[in-house]
Amino acid sequence: MSDETNNPVAPKIPTQPVPAKNLLEIDDVTLRFGGVVALNGISFEIKEGEILGLIGPNGAGKTTCFNVMTGVYKPTSGAVRFRGERVTGRKPHQISRLGISRTFQNIRLFPEMSALENVMVGTDSRHKTSVPGALFRLYRVRPKEEELPQVTASGGIVRTWQQVRRGFAKTFGLSRHILEERAAEDKAMELLRFVGIADRANDEARNLPYGYQRRLEIARALGTEPKLLCLDEPAAGFNPAEKEELLGLIRRIRDKGVTVLLIEHDMRLVMGVTDRIVVLEFGSKIADGRPEEVSRDPRVIAAYLGEPADAA
Amino acid sequence: MIDKIRDLDRRRAGALHSVGDRWRALPKWQRGLTFVAFVAFIYYLPLLGIPGLTWLRTDSISGGSNWAGVLFTCAVYVLVAIGLNVVIGLAGLLDLGYIGFFAIGAYAVALFGSVNSPVVKWFQAEFDLPPTWAVTWAICAFIALVMALISGVILGWPTLRLRGDYLAIVTLGFGEIIRIVARNMEGVTRGPQGISAIPGPEGPPSPDNQIFGLIDIKPWYWLAITVVLLMVFAVRRLENSRVGRSWLAIREDEDAAAVMGVYPFKFKLWAFAIGAALGGFAGFLFASRYAFIDPTQFNVNLSILFVAMVVVGGSGNMVGVSVGAVLLAYLPERFREIADYRWLAFGLAMVLVMILRPQGLIPSKRRARELKDRAAEAEEAPAHV
Repeated sequence: MSDETNNPVAPKIPTQPVPAKNLLEIDDVTLRFGGVVALNGISFEIKEGEILGLIGPNGAGKTTCFNVMTGVYKPTSGAVRFRGERVTGRKPHQISRLGISRTFQNIRLFPEMSALENVMVGTDSRHKTSVPGALFRLYRVRPKEEELPQVTASGGIVRTWQQVRRGFAKTFGLSRHILEERAAEDKAMELLRFVGIADRANDEARNLPYGYQRRLEIARALGTEPKLLCLDEPAAGFNPAEKEELLGLIRRIRDKGVTVLLIEHDMRLVMGVTDRIVVLEFGSKIADGRPEEVSRDPRVIAAYLGEPADAA
Repeated sequence: MIDKIRDLDRRRAGALHSVGDRWRALPKWQRGLTFVAFVAFIYYLPLLGIPGLTWLRTDSISGGSNWAGVLFTCAVYVLVAIGLNVVIGLAGLLDLGYIGFFAIGAYAVALFGSVNSPVVKWFQAEFDLPPTWAVTWAICAFIALVMALISGVILGWPTLRLRGDYLAIVTLGFGEIIRIVARNMEGVTRGPQGISAIPGPEGPPSPDNQIFGLIDIKPWYWLAITVVLLMVFAVRRLENSRVGRSWLAIREDEDAAAVMGVYPFKFKLWAFAIGAALGGFAGFLFASRYAFIDPTQFNVNLSILFVAMVVVGGSGNMVGVSVGAVLLAYLPERFREIADYRWLAFGLAMVLVMILRPQGLIPSKRRARELKDRAAEAEEAPAHV
C-alpha cells in the first residue's frame, strides 16, 4: 500500500475501486535491460476464472512478462496489480503468498527431493512453523477428534502405549508443526493424484519421466493455493496424446476456480483451450481478443502464423 | 584404472543403498532396538576391551595417544560436522570460515569462565567480587551458544545475499578475522599468551576434581557424546520439517524456491545461525576439556579440515558427515606413520572423492515418506491425466 504513495515511478492512476472481475492488471509495463527493450508499454488484464493465452514468436517477451508478474524482474516503469494490490516491488515469496504461482519453461524442480516433497514445498508456503516451532513444538493446537492418535491394537503394551499417546494429545493438544506437516502431506498427495502422478510420489524428481516432471511442476505450483496459475509452455515436448491430456488438466484446474495464464507455442492447443489470447511481438502487444478474432488478425498472421493460408 | 575404481565404487554404493533400504524396511521396534544397542556401544567405546577389536584403540601402538582423548576429539568433530552439515549439506552454503564460530564458542567460555581472563578480572574490579569469582560453567555454555548464534546472524545478515564462491571467500575471511582479533586484542583475550584455567562442569581445573579432571578423559567423552546425540535429535527434527524442506529447496534452486513461497534469506539465515551455534558449542566443549586456548589453535587449516569432513563423508547426510568426521580425527591418531602427511592425505582424499564420488562416501538419501496406507491407492491411480 505504502508503495503506491512513496514510489515516484508509480503511474498517476486514480485509486478507483478495481472491478472484481479483473484478477490481474498489467499496466503500461516497460522493462529495459540496458539498451534492449524487453517489454514496451504492455497493458492487459486477466479476468477471474478465464484461461488466457499469451503467445508470440520467440523472443517476444512472454517469459519476461511472467518474470515481471512473479517478481523475478522489476519493471523499469509501469505496475502490475493483483486484485487491486500492487505486485511490483514485492519479493517473489510475497507475491506467491498473494496468490500468483507459476511453472518454468525449462523445468526447475528440486531434483534431489521426492515428488511428494516438491509439492510439499509449495503447500508449506501457507504454513507458519519455523525453526522454534519444529524444534521445540511448544505451540499446541487442540486437535479435532479425527486428528487424535488412534488406538488400534487389541491389547498388550502396544495398546497401552497408544492410549497414553492419545491421552497426552487430548490433554496437551498436538503441536502445530505436526498438524501442518500432516496437512501438507495430505494436500500434496491429493495434488499428485489430481495431476495423475501419485504412483511415483516417493521417487526423486530427477528420476521421473519428462511428462511426469512437467505435471509435477503444475502440482507444485498448485500447492501454493494460487488464484492465478501461470503455465510457461507446459506442453513443450509433448506428443499429441499427451497434449490432449494436458488440455483436460488445464480445464480441470480452471474448474477448481483457478485462473490460468498460458504461454504456448502450439497454436492448436492455445486455440482449443483459451478464452482469450494476447499476442506479443518484440516486447509490444499487437493483439488481444477471442481466439478466432486473433487468428484472423492480419498483424498476428504476419508476425506469428506465417502465411495466411497456414493460419489455423 | 579410474574406470575400474569407479566400477568398484558403484558396486559399493549399490550395496550401501540396499543396506539402507533394508534398514528402512525393518519394523520400527527392531530399528529402535538396534539404535539403542548402537548408542550403548558408543558409550562403551572408551572402555573397549573386546578381544579382536582392541587394535582399534589408539593406545595399542607404542606412544599412542590417550584413547578416550581421541574419542573426545572425534565427538567434538562430529558435533562440528553436524553443524557444518546444516550449512553446507542442507542449505547449500559453502562456509570456509567455520572455525570462526568454533573459536567464538571456545573464547566465550574462556573469557567469562576463567579467573585469568581480563574480562573476568574487569568484572571483579568493577563489582568488588572475590578474586576466585568467575561465571559458572553452565552459564558459560549458554553464553557460548548465544554468542555463536548471534555472530552467525551478524555474519549472515550482510553476506547471505552473496552466492556460491563469493560467500565462500567472505566466510574464509571471517574465520581469519576472528583468529587475528583474538591474537591482537591483548587487553581482552591476552593475545598469543592464551587463556588458562578454563572451567569444566566441576569448576576450574584442579587436582580435587573428582570426575572431569585432566587425567581421565572418559567423562569428557561421555559428556560430548551426550551433547552430540541431543543435537542429532534436534537437527533431525529440523531436517524433517518445513524448515528442512525449505533448505533443500534453496540448495536445489533458490529462485524456484522463492517463487514457491520460500523466503530464501530467512531460511539461509536460520541455517547459518544454527550451524554457528553448533560450531560454537563444539568450541565450548573443546575449550573446557583442554582448559587452555590460544589463537594458534584456530587456524585456517582446521577450517578446511571441517569442510573436508563434510565433503568426504557425504554432505547432506548426518551419518555420512559423522563418519567423515570420525575418520579424519581418528586415522592420523591410530596410524601415526601418516600423521605427518595428514594434510597431504586429506587433500588427496578430497581430490579423489571429488573425482570419483562428488556426493561423498555415504551420500544423502531423503527419507522416503511412509505412505504405506496410501501405497495401494497410489498404485490404483491412473498413470495418465
